[in-house]
This record gives sequence, C-alpha cells and structure tokens, in this order.
Amino acid sequence: MKAFLILEDGTVFEGTQIGARREIISEIVFNTSMAGYLEVLTDPSYAGQAVCMTYPLMGNYGICREDVESARPWPDGFIVRELSRIPGNFRCDMSLQQFLVENDVPGIAGIDTRALTKILREKGTMNGMITTREDFCLEEILRKLQAYTTGRVVERVTCREKYIVNPSLTLEENGPQSGAVRFDAELYKKGGREQKPTLIKKLNGAGLKVALLDFGAKDNIARSLAGRGCEVTVWPAFTAAEEIIASQPDGIMLSNGPGDPKECTSIIGEIKKLYDTEIPIFAICLGHQLMALATGADTYKMKYGHRGGNHPVKDLKTGRVYISSQNHGYVVDMDKLDPKVVVPAFINVNDGTNEGLAYTGKNIFTVQYHPEACPGPQDSGYLFDRFIAMMREQQCAAKMEGGVFHA
Amino acid sequence: MPKNPNVKRVMVIGSGPIVIGQAAEFDYAGTQACRSLKEEGVEVILVNSNPATIMTDKTIADKVFIEPLTVSVLEQIIEQEKPDSILPTLGGQAGLNLGMELEESGFLAAHKVTLLGTTASTIRNAEGRQEFKDLMERIGEPCAASKVVETVEEGVEFTVSIGYPVVLRPAYTLGGSGGGIAHNQAQLEDILEKGLRLSRVGQVLVERCIAGWKEIEYEVMRDSAGNCITVCNMENIDPVGVHTGDSIVVAPSQTLSDKEYQMLRTSALNIINELQITGGCNVQFALHPTSFEYCVIEVNPRVSRSSALASKATGYPIAKVAAKIALGYTLDEIKNAITQKTYASFEPALDYCVVKIPRLPFDKFITAKRTLTTQMKATGEVMSICDNFEGALMKAIRSLEQHVDSLLSYDFSGLTTEELKDAMKVVDDRRIWMIAEAVRKGISHEEIHDITMIDVWFIDKIAILTEMEEALRTRELTPALLREAKRMEFPDNVIAGLTGRSESDIRKLRHENGIRAVYRMVDTCAAEFEASTPYYYSVYGGECEARVKFPHAEGALADKEAERRKKVLVLGSGPIRIGQGIEFDYCSVHATWAFSKAGYETIIINNNPETVSTDFDIADKLYFEPLTPEDVESIVDVEKPDGAVVQFGGQTAIKLTESLMKMGVPILGTKAEDVDAAEDRELFDKILEETGIPRAAGGTVYTAREAKAVANRLGYPVLVRPSYVLGGQGMQIAISDEEIEEFMAIINRIAQDHPILVDKYLQGKEIEVDAVCDGTDILIPGIMEHIERTGVHSGDSISVYPAHTIGKLVKDKIAEYTRRLAKALHVKGLINIQFIAIGEDVYVIEVNPRSSRTVPYISKVTGIPIVDLAAEVIIGRTIRELGYQPGLQPEAQYYAIKMPVFSFEKIRGAEISLGPEMKSTGECLGIAQEFHEALYKAFLGAGVSLPRHKNIIITVKDADKGEAIEIGRRFEKLGYTIYATRSTAAALNEAGVKARKVNKISQESPTVMDLILGHRIDLVIDTPTQGRDKSRDGFLIRRTAIETGVNCITSMDTARALLTSLENAGKSLTPVDVARITE
Repeated sequence: MKAFLILEDGTVFEGTQIGARREIISEIVFNTSMAGYLEVLTDPSYAGQAVCMTYPLMGNYGICREDVESARPWPDGFIVRELSRIPGNFRCDMSLQQFLVENDVPGIAGIDTRALTKILREKGTMNGMITTREDFCLEEILRKLQAYTTGRVVERVTCREKYIVNPSLTLEENGPQSGAVRFDAELYKKGGREQKPTLIKKLNGAGLKVALLDFGAKDNIARSLAGRGCEVTVWPAFTAAEEIIASQPDGIMLSNGPGDPKECTSIIGEIKKLYDTEIPIFAICLGHQLMALATGADTYKMKYGHRGGNHPVKDLKTGRVYISSQNHGYVVDMDKLDPKVVVPAFINVNDGTNEGLAYTGKNIFTVQYHPEACPGPQDSGYLFDRFIAMMREQQCAAKMEGGVFHA
Repeated sequence: MPKNPNVKRVMVIGSGPIVIGQAAEFDYAGTQACRSLKEEGVEVILVNSNPATIMTDKTIADKVFIEPLTVSVLEQIIEQEKPDSILPTLGGQAGLNLGMELEESGFLAAHKVTLLGTTASTIRNAEGRQEFKDLMERIGEPCAASKVVETVEEGVEFTVSIGYPVVLRPAYTLGGSGGGIAHNQAQLEDILEKGLRLSRVGQVLVERCIAGWKEIEYEVMRDSAGNCITVCNMENIDPVGVHTGDSIVVAPSQTLSDKEYQMLRTSALNIINELQITGGCNVQFALHPTSFEYCVIEVNPRVSRSSALASKATGYPIAKVAAKIALGYTLDEIKNAITQKTYASFEPALDYCVVKIPRLPFDKFITAKRTLTTQMKATGEVMSICDNFEGALMKAIRSLEQHVDSLLSYDFSGLTTEELKDAMKVVDDRRIWMIAEAVRKGISHEEIHDITMIDVWFIDKIAILTEMEEALRTRELTPALLREAKRMEFPDNVIAGLTGRSESDIRKLRHENGIRAVYRMVDTCAAEFEASTPYYYSVYGGECEARVKFPHAEGALADKEAERRKKVLVLGSGPIRIGQGIEFDYCSVHATWAFSKAGYETIIINNNPETVSTDFDIADKLYFEPLTPEDVESIVDVEKPDGAVVQFGGQTAIKLTESLMKMGVPILGTKAEDVDAAEDRELFDKILEETGIPRAAGGTVYTAREAKAVANRLGYPVLVRPSYVLGGQGMQIAISDEEIEEFMAIINRIAQDHPILVDKYLQGKEIEVDAVCDGTDILIPGIMEHIERTGVHSGDSISVYPAHTIGKLVKDKIAEYTRRLAKALHVKGLINIQFIAIGEDVYVIEVNPRSSRTVPYISKVTGIPIVDLAAEVIIGRTIRELGYQPGLQPEAQYYAIKMPVFSFEKIRGAEISLGPEMKSTGECLGIAQEFHEALYKAFLGAGVSLPRHKNIIITVKDADKGEAIEIGRRFEKLGYTIYATRSTAAALNEAGVKARKVNKISQESPTVMDLILGHRIDLVIDTPTQGRDKSRDGFLIRRTAIETGVNCITSMDTARALLTSLENAGKSLTPVDVARITE
C-alpha cells in the first residue's frame, strides 16, 4: 500500500507502507550506518524521532533479538529505501518487517532516501509526517508539522525503578573471546548455538560499584561495565543526587538519551550536586551535554547532527584518531567553555565540533560519542577501562586519606 | 605528523607485465601514488618493465626506467640514481618481493636507502607463512589450523585434535594432484596414504577445511601514528574455495549483522596494528556461516586488486593516501579529495550497492577447464553500482561483454533437476546462471544453498530476478511493471525479448512514462556532506544529481564557463581481457587529458575498477556504467555531448559507433563509415584496388561449406577469422577441410553479425605501423617488425623497433602504403596497419583506423605522444601546426623490443602453442643501444632467465627439423645438453648435433615427462603439429613444462631470438631513462 512522507518544507515523497499502519509526526533524522539497524531502532536516544537509513538495503539479516539495546524500538517511524524480502543470517529470529509490525512502528520504503538526506543536510533536521492517507491536505499537515515539538522525551525512556546489573565474576560469563569461537556442530544440530563473543579481556572492574543514571541508556553501557566486573546499579533519570551519593558508588556513569539537553532542567540541577562530590564520573552523549550544562557551559542544536558509525574523533591529548559510533543532534559549544572548569578532550575531525570534555581538577571526563558502540566501531571501548582506572585511583587515594594503609 | 623532510628522491617499483593475478590495478595504484608523491614535491624514479602502463609516462614520474624487474637491475639503478627511499608496496607481490630482497641482502642499508611505508619485518611477518601464524596466535586471531605430516598416524592424530573436515595437500605434486577433502577417518586414511606416496618429499599438509564459509575482506589503512580506519568491507558471493579474484563480490557486506561486521573489523584493526603496517592493507577472513567462528585467511601488506576495487567502490583513493602516509603524514592531515571538507581519517559510508564480476578467459581457451578454484584465472573484472543488488548484478553482467545481458544468457533449461544439482556442485563461471535455472525449476533456496553454500539472501535476489523474467513473459507490460523491471536494471532488449515486443517499443513506452535513468553521486559519505567530485552511477527513480550545464540553458541553469566549453564523451574499453588490455586504458586516459588541455569538458564512461580511467579525477566527469548502447544513450540523454570519441577504447568503443550516430552524437575523428570500410571485405578490397596495394587473396563466407569452397579455390593453408574482433579472437590457420569444419563450428557458436573471412595464408615478415593522420598529412613515429613470422598473432609476437631486417625500399613502401590507406579511409586520428613483407613485396594484412596495442609502446620509445596528437588532430589541428614534420620519423639510436608475457600456468588445460589467436596477457620492454642487449633485457623482463641446468628438450614437427638442427648446434655450442624425442633426435644426430634420445610419453619410463618433472630442464622447444587435438603428446609435454615452471617455446623464430640473446648474455646491462632518451 502507498505511503507518504511529508516534510515541513513541503516536500512529499511517495513510497510503500511498511511496519505498523499508523500515521505519525516526528522529527526526521538520518543515520549513515550500513549495518546495525536493530541497534539503531532500539537505541532510546531516537525517541521522538523518525530515522531514515541512508544505506538502501535494510533487513538483510533480519532481527537477532539478542542484539537489542533496550526492551523495545523507540523511533516514531522508520524510513528506508528497500526492505529485504527474506533475511539471511543464522541467528535471525524474525524479519525486520515483522519486528516493526509487532512493535507498532510505522514506516515507509521505496523513497529516494538520498534526496531526503540531502534535504536534511541542506535545510537542517525538520519535522515530517508518515501517512497512508492519499487524500491528505498538504497545507493542514504543514501547519501541524510546524507546530509539532518533540517534548520531554527522557521521561518516556528512563527506567521506572532502579535495578542492578550483576557483575561478571569470570571472563567466561561474557562469552568466548572474539576469535576464540569454535563452531559446535553437535550444539547446532540440537538447535543451539555458541554465545556471542566478547572483546572484554580483563575483569579490571571487579569489586567496583557504579551508579548508572539512565536517561535512555543503551544496554551495552551497563554490559560494558558489568562485563569488566563492576556492579552496576541503574537509576531512573529523576533520582535525587543525594540518594545516589548515599548509595556510595565508586563511580557514576551518565548515560546517553534523547532530546534537547536544556529541557532537562531538574536533572541538570542534580548533576551539579554530583559534580561537587569527589566521585569519579564518566558521561556519554546526553550525559556529557548535561554535565556541561550543569557546570556553566552551553549547548546548541546542530543543523543535522551526527548519526552513524564512521565519524573520526581526535583525542587532543594523544593526537590519536578513533572512528566512533555517533548519535546526537545537540553539541556542547566549545567557544563558551571556561578553561578553569573544563577543557576540550576530543574533537570531531570532520567539522571540529566538540566530542569530549575533561573537567579541570576533577575525576570527570565525558564524551559526546558512543564508546559502547552497538552499532558501530568498537575502537573506543578503552574509555570504560579508563573510567575503571579512575575509580581505582580514587579508591586508593581515599584509602590513603582514611589511613587504611597505616593499619 | 608532517611530511618527512628527508624524503626527496623516491624509487617506485611497478608490478611488471600484466599476468593473471597481477593486472591493471597496479598501474592505477602506481599512477595515483606517483602523482600524489609529485604533488608533495618529491622526485619519483620509476622502474617498471611494462610499457603499456600510464605510470611509465614521463608526465607521471621524473625518471622512467622500463627495465626488467630483477634485483641486479634495481641495484644498478639505485647506484646510478641514488634515491633516498624506495616504495615497494605499489607494485603488487612482484614489487614487494623485490623490495624485500634488496632489503634483506643489506643493499639498501649499504646505499642509505630507506624502505618507505611498511617495514621489512612487517612484510616478513605478514608474508611468511609460519611467522604470520605465530603472530596471529600471539594476538588471539585464529588461522585455519594446519600441520605438515609425514605419516598417516600423525595425520589422523592431528585431525582428531582440530576436527573434520580437513583439506589434504600433498607437497610437490603436479597441479596439486593426490589431494582432497576428508570428512571422516576412512577418507582421511585413504587420501593421506595416497598423498604421502605421490608427494616427492613424502609430506602432506593437513588443514582445517573452511571451504563453504563466507569470505569477507576488509581494506584497512594505518598511519605511522597508529591511527587505523577500514575503507570498506566486501563480501564474496562465492564462499571460500574460489579465489577472491574469481569470485563475484559485493560491497559492503550484505548478510552480516553489525555484530559480525564489527567483530571482523576489530580483528582487522588488531592485525594491522600488530603488524605495524603503515599504508594500506587487505585482510581476508573466512566466517563460519552458522556461528561466530572465523579464520584469518591472509593479509596483503600493500595495495592490491581488492584495494583498487574498494577505492572505486567507495571513492576513497587508497593508493594516494598510502603514498602520503609513506611520506609521514597522518590520516587526519590528509584531505578527502572527494568532499574537500572531510579528512582521510574517516570511514566511507555507502548508500548504494557495488557488485564486481570477474572476466574469465574461457572464450579464449576453449580447451581449458572452466572450474574455478583457489588458483585465480580471471584476466580482469567489471564493477557496477546501483541502489539495489538486483540492479547492480544486472549491470555488472552486461558490462562483461561476453554476450551475456541477463540471467537467461546461458541456457541450462535442457538439464534435468538432478543434472542441474550435479552441475552446481562444480563451481564455474556460469554458476549464477545455473542457480537462476535451479530457481526456475523450483529447487528450494535451502537446497541450492546446501549445494553451493551461497547465502540464501543472494539466492533470493537471483529468484527475484527470475520472477521478474516470468512477470515480463506472462503479465501485461504496465508502466508499473516496466518501472520495476528497470529498477532492477533489465535492459530494454531483454524486456523486449521477454514481452515479445521490439526494443524501440520498450524505449518508447519508457519515455512516455518518464521512466529514465537518473544519476547519483559516489561521495564517500552517503550524502552527509556535499561532494565536489562528479563520479556517477545510474538508478531508476528519484532525483538526478548529474550536474549538467546545458550550453543553451537560460537563467539559473546557464553557466558562462560551460557555454564556452564543448563536451566530449570518451568511451572506455571495459574489462581487461586477452586481446584488449591496459593499452586501451592508456589511450583513453591520454585522450581525455589532451581534450581537457584543449579546453573541452571531458566525460568518461567505463566499468573497469582496475584502471586509471575510472579514477575520479581523470575526466571532468566519470560515469561508472556498462558500455552498451542503451546505457550510453541514457547518459547521452542527460549530458548531450557535442561529440564522442571511439577510437581510443578498443573494440568496446568502436562497437558503439553506429549506436552513437543513431543517437545523434557526432563521432569525432575518423567517420563511422570509414571504420566500416576497413572491416567490410568488399569495401576494403575496393579501396585496396584504388590505392594499388596488394593483399592476400581471400573471400567472405557464412557457412563451413562456403568456407571450404573458398579455401580450396585459394589452396591450403588458409587463415579463417571472424570480422570486427580484436586480438584475433577465433582466428586460425587451417590446413584441411576437416579443420575448416572445426574452426567454423567454433566461430559460429556465437551468432555472427558479420561475415567470416577466409584468406590465403602468406608466410613472411610481419610489420606493424601506428600512425596519426590529420586528413592531409600523416605522421609515422616508427616501423615495428615482428620476430615471429606471420601466423603468430601480432600481440603474441616479439616486436622490434626500429625494424632491423628490412631495407629502405620496403620501409618506404610501408610508409607510402600507410599514407595511401590513411587518406583513402579519411582517417582523422589514429590508424594501425599490419603488413607482410616477403622479399621486397609488401602486402597489407589488416587496417584498424583506431588506437592499437602498440600505441603506448611506440609513443614511449619514440617520444612522440601519438594519442595526444590524435586528440589534437581530431579537434581540427594539423600535424604541422603541432610542430611535427609529416612522414616516417627518423629512427631512434637504440632498440626497443616488446616481449609478450603469458599466464598459461594459471589456466589448466589451455593450449599454449602460439597461433593467429592472441593468448598473451601482457608485455614487457627491453631497451638498449644494442639489439642483443635489448633482446636479452626483454627476455629477462618476461621472466626467462637462463641458464640454470643447461639442459633443453627439442621436439619439433617434421617441417621444422631443418631449423632445429641450426638451433641445436647453437645451443650445443653454448654448452647445453640436448634431449630430443626419437625423430628429432635422429635428425639432430644425423647432422652432427649431439642429442640424447628420450622416450615418448606412451613408451616406457624414463620418458620426456619424467625428464621435465625432474626439474632439471631449462627449456622445451616444441613446435606443435596442426590441429587442436589435446590428446597428442605435444600438448601434454607443453602443459607439463608450463606447470613445472619450465620455459616452453613453440615457434622456431622465438627460439632463435632467445639463442641470440643467450649468446650475448653476460655483458653488463645499461639502464635507460626513457623520460630522457626521447627528449
């Protein structure tokens, strides 16, 4: 059946309806990852947005349930050039179409996604509607599109109650080391299969307690810490700072999440309190922006953001460049940083925007991109090790001060 | 890190002659890298024995040595030129090996020459089988487990430890015979026992069998600071078991989830980091189809065929970036030339799908086995780009120019379901057509997958195409159906065939419904950033991004600059194949540059990812498209060029002449009707009559009956050949009615649009001329003479410039005939003519009013840039205006000898004896003051390095026995021991030449075969008796020699030339700077 994508600037794309049959209005963004559509769909940072994938062939390997980054898909809609008729992968549980239908995500296929991308690139991110109504009134829709705002999305995506992600007590629990998997024909015959491989090589976080503030966290953040041996407590976004501090974590992790960071006024206030403690803090994406806002920096909305798995970020300390996984529409304004408080630690090689900050005199570092990958390059996983090292140092320092070593 | 200031003079090693497995991709990479080095102000000293390359142009490098690629020659050049550094990673395996030898002998250190880019220890770690395995083990990257065993028990024990199935490879047996795959202990013991017995050293390699796994490649870049990126990954549709060069490949991978994609990407980065590679690198993986198990197959620490493909597939210029990295730059300092906004330190995002299909030479070697194995057989490849896989596959198929345009082109419908299943078990170049038929026959995707191990996703895509065939055949052709068929890139002629309509009907219906190809840009970033490089591919549906400035547009569309610039369409030459090689890319690129210099806007259409012409910055615009009339017309509709040139792109471009004229595109240069006149027997005979030029008598025929009639009228031997072909495809010398029958049957396997020619075979000296004509005057840079007498294809002959055995009278006659023919054919641009000289008589064999195989060679050795001159002439300038005196140019003071190079060892079952059909894949050059030295260099460049054991075998047909005596005597004088078969030995001994008689194959051991397999023979001289009978002794002897690495010569003339070169060997060689000598 026919479907239409109508943009705020009046552009109308005609395509085929996919997923749930439902009309939606949303902010339209594009992602340039060539694989990893399931991870994109289940990334809570996409709440309040409809995602267009620039790679034209989607659904090729179906849905492998174990690869989800949260319990459900979050985008309001999914825009693709072509949806694969059959999936081809040994782990596939269902087709992408089936997944979209089951989770009530509407979408459109068969449109010129490159033309759409170019519009978003040139005019900036804008609102749009996906509809199957052929008799739509463009003027009326445009009025609706202009009036539409995303609203407070963190509330929608954060967990309702705190929960604990148990640490791995042995490396084997994380699965076999990548490269060490051996096909088990007997297991396969019985319908089973080997565990997914892992890149984690050390249980360097054993014994550490991390409080993870969930603004819409991807599962792999907690997995990356728990896999290294940390006990991770996931807290709802609106938890009071006092409660978190009272739980005496060795470190605090601020997660990624959707929307305009400036809308999160109350959270920003709580984060300021966390900043004032000595607890080591590592923040990703929205968490990074909120920490910046909490300490007097500013953020602004980018024209069309960074969404994909190929953005180069440069570590200003070492000069090394890493390819990163990215998903953000807002960015910290580097021109308005107070070096007494915070200095840039990473920048984007393409456009020079900020990709990470180091807080002067504090055990705090934050990044705009996604070291947890999923989807995208795994090059920055070392940042979790850096966070763990920071917690260990702090632990040592505290023990020294507390005179434990005199005993 | 900024540029290393110590690097000022860099020696670049090229890859030498084109052979199977090492083709044009290294000219592309080398040319791009040399330009990149020069851009940085570095002086480039280039060494490459291949004269057909663009990289050996004096515009590309500062000093050009077209010399044999041997260690001693390189040492001599280093001593003479004193480079401070050497870059060995651009010349394929050949270049890398030479660089390593120079390094390991301590020569580089002694001469204070630095190895740029990747270090020697890195190369050792990557290339050394055991070193690599140890290193991989150390960093936890798995390789397929393997072990060399000497007993059955040892083999069984090892296999139990790694699991079945295993591949068994006996060491040192001919063509890997005695090996196999064992799935259980019984099979294992059986094969092991046999293999150990067959192996000359009693060893068998036992290896974990990974055949059938997904084959995935990553192209990785790393700089000296340790920054790493992957340019692209690629998935082979054909699973492990078929060489990646012979596989159909798609980019990016289609059936991997992000988990597998990133797992292998991370592994590739680990490996390149551990190896500390600086530059480009290719990592090949085997991925288990139903688990996360993978194996590293191999790593190439250099640019490769895959890196060329990845560059063209993504727009990321790997060789250029690798050269900059070698100079010390880091990835974040190098601009992305496509976007001009981003940097080289990013990973390209594709928003399209790329398909590569190899071009296999089985149309040339009809006796060869079509089976595809781990030994590469393809001579070239085509690439296509589309926004859907079906379309990319369809476009790639018709780019092959092998009479295929859809999945219906090979007909397997005659096979039963069972027969088809059996056929699919053997991988050959027609497998996707078999799979299409299997789908049509209702065999399930799963069953096809079980047989072929090809992923069901690809099988389903083939099924979608067959469903469209069925829809077109059975359903009404609505605009919607037509639109969908075009989206999948069904060509109009195929739609016409399936719907029973005419092609023009289909085109009309398309145009009425606005179904036209639009063009998208390859921009490295999936439209995230604006790109400035016009590199296009077609799709149906959506926005057209081709930036066309209409000369007559008004308002916003009008562009003052464009209004003045005329547009010229340069048609490329498609995939590299025997008979149409890299030379035509040389011509296309030079023509493009010349037009550009003359103020034209240039547009190239081509589909070969290995070439310089498809580099994004050669022409103003690049269309990466099939070269069929329909595809070209779609581009013409958008671009509306002022003219097209077809004379530079070989037969591929010439074939498009008529279609271009129908589209209303003026053909620049020689008119189409004149091209026809040279090919059309009657018209051409008329011209010869008018100009008073003799030729061999002959006639045109369609059937074997007619052919026999003509042959008997002329008297045998006769030459039989189809018209309008290049490289003498299908050309044969027939000596009897039976042979006429056989050859006509072969030619007529493919429906012929044009008559077949039967000519009296004349034996004499073959002479070749390339010339430029401006309509009035003609410029002949030089005359080339072939060492082999007529009957051996000109592309397979040793060619000598200047012609040294013909007198002034004959040369003047040749110049005069050339002038007359060029004028009679109204040539504007290039013309190539082949003559036979018998005494003082000169006959014309054939005339090609276009560029030829010898154009780069003659341009380089005479210093007269005839392609550039041809382009200038085409746009209206005259030879005199361009500063040249018309006529035959004075001869150079040195000899330049072009030597053909073959790849026979790669093609099992191919007949190696030379004849009128071309078989060589490449060529090299020997240039020197003295004829003998030039000849010696030419043989050396072709890999003929004698003596080793001073033993030769001579076995010739009766007609050659007289010449064999003279040759035998000369070899004897050089101290060679001669072995000969019965009658040859008798003839030799009778004439006083000592020859040891050896038994024929059918006789008792030791036979001639045992002698060859004993690895004690330097050379086999074997002239074949007539006929293509494979079962004859000669065929077996020749094949055995080739597969054992023994030089094999099948023409007495070649043997004599080799002798001459050997008699003069031992003298020191003098490297010649071609960039200088012609100034």
